[in-house]
Amino acid sequence: MSDTGRRKAVALISGGLDSMLAAKLMMEQGVHVEGINFFTGFCVEGHTHSIRRKDQQRPRRNNALWVAEQLGIKLHIIDVSADYKDVVLNPKHGYGANLNPCLDCKGFMVGRAYAWMQEHGFDFIVTGEVIGQRPKSQRRDTMPVVARDSGAGDRLLRPLCAQRLPETLPEREGWVDRSRLRDITGRSRKEQMRLAGDYGIEDYSQPAGGCCFLTDANYSAKLADLWQARRRRDYELDDIMLLKVGRHLRPRPHFKLIIAREEGENNFLEGYRHQFTHLRPISHNGPLTLVDGSADEDDLTLAARLAARFSQGRGADQVQVSVTEKGGASRTVAVAPMPSEEIPSAWYI
Amino acid sequence: MSGHTLDVRGLLCPMPVIHTQNRVKELTPGARLQILCTDPGAVIDIPVWCRINGHKVLETDEQQSLISILIEVGSEE
Repeated sequence: MSDTGRRKAVALISGGLDSMLAAKLMMEQGVHVEGINFFTGFCVEGHTHSIRRKDQQRPRRNNALWVAEQLGIKLHIIDVSADYKDVVLNPKHGYGANLNPCLDCKGFMVGRAYAWMQEHGFDFIVTGEVIGQRPKSQRRDTMPVVARDSGAGDRLLRPLCAQRLPETLPEREGWVDRSRLRDITGRSRKEQMRLAGDYGIEDYSQPAGGCCFLTDANYSAKLADLWQARRRRDYELDDIMLLKVGRHLRPRPHFKLIIAREEGENNFLEGYRHQFTHLRPISHNGPLTLVDGSADEDDLTLAARLAARFSQGRGADQVQVSVTEKGGASRTVAVAPMPSEEIPSAWYI
Repeated sequence: MSGHTLDVRGLLCPMPVIHTQNRVKELTPGARLQILCTDPGAVIDIPVWCRINGHKVLETDEQQSLISILIEVGSEE
């Protein structure tokens, strides 16, 4: 409870509309609300928009921060990327359509929010979950699983659909008025948009593909390829950052190429070049290419031909490519760019 | 007035904000923190974070890809 006697809730703020509305419903009832947002490493927000030049046409704002400012609440952003690894690698409830461990993820995040709540003297947790909105993590039968797995129990309140769920502690104790909560269900956004209209909220983020890269089939395929190539299911933060960037081609099982697609990605990969053997066309403009894995002389010649293919010299007889070994030594090789039709589609991850 | 520096060059959103938040927790009200970063999103995100958490942005300077943001820690932390 706050110094003024108001009950205190910590709201999971994703940057989307639902969590914004859930927090708003609580504030409307006089609850002191502060937001919490978790950085897992797989967030679509942030990094990717910072990297790709085409994405820089969009607002570069962090939507969770933006939402907090619109609501007039504090936001605490927590880096959970190290602990989150176990959620991705060992989800006890399994994966969704791709490598998305949505139910475990929700339980993990609510669990972290619950720990934060206890540490900071807050009373309950608020999420923007809606029954039936997500096929795995937001179903009537999985909502109690999240409450149980997280340890939050009946201190977890979902204001947007609370009237369709059993009473929680904040409702029983009268900290919030259940009759003023909502009964929204399903994937339709109509009710949320109407409620947003009632609150005068006109600008909000609507991520088309969700807010997590693990729900993306292409991204998941790259992560699965990484695990297969290394013969172990593990990753470092740099690995999952690099999966978001560039064309990934695996011409041989023991190495793959990461080839920048545009200037923003090129600049991003520049920051990693010292950690990798890398190639750069020098007779023509072309992208930086990182070699991930171990490549011998023949492999590097093949890599140079592929790098040349994606340079402006793709139609030339020969392209000079600088090859820099991890650790420093550079040399120049002259190669014929590999014709597109000779690149097996199976090489593209 | 005490001065502190946080170097988050090369880190991308939201890491500059997270590092700023964690560093500010260690500082006392009135302390100044200069944040050096390269992510262009930080020019938007760090001032928003400061506004919602009661801190003040005193100065923002962009020289090519290097961004310097000077903030003063508020009393609400």
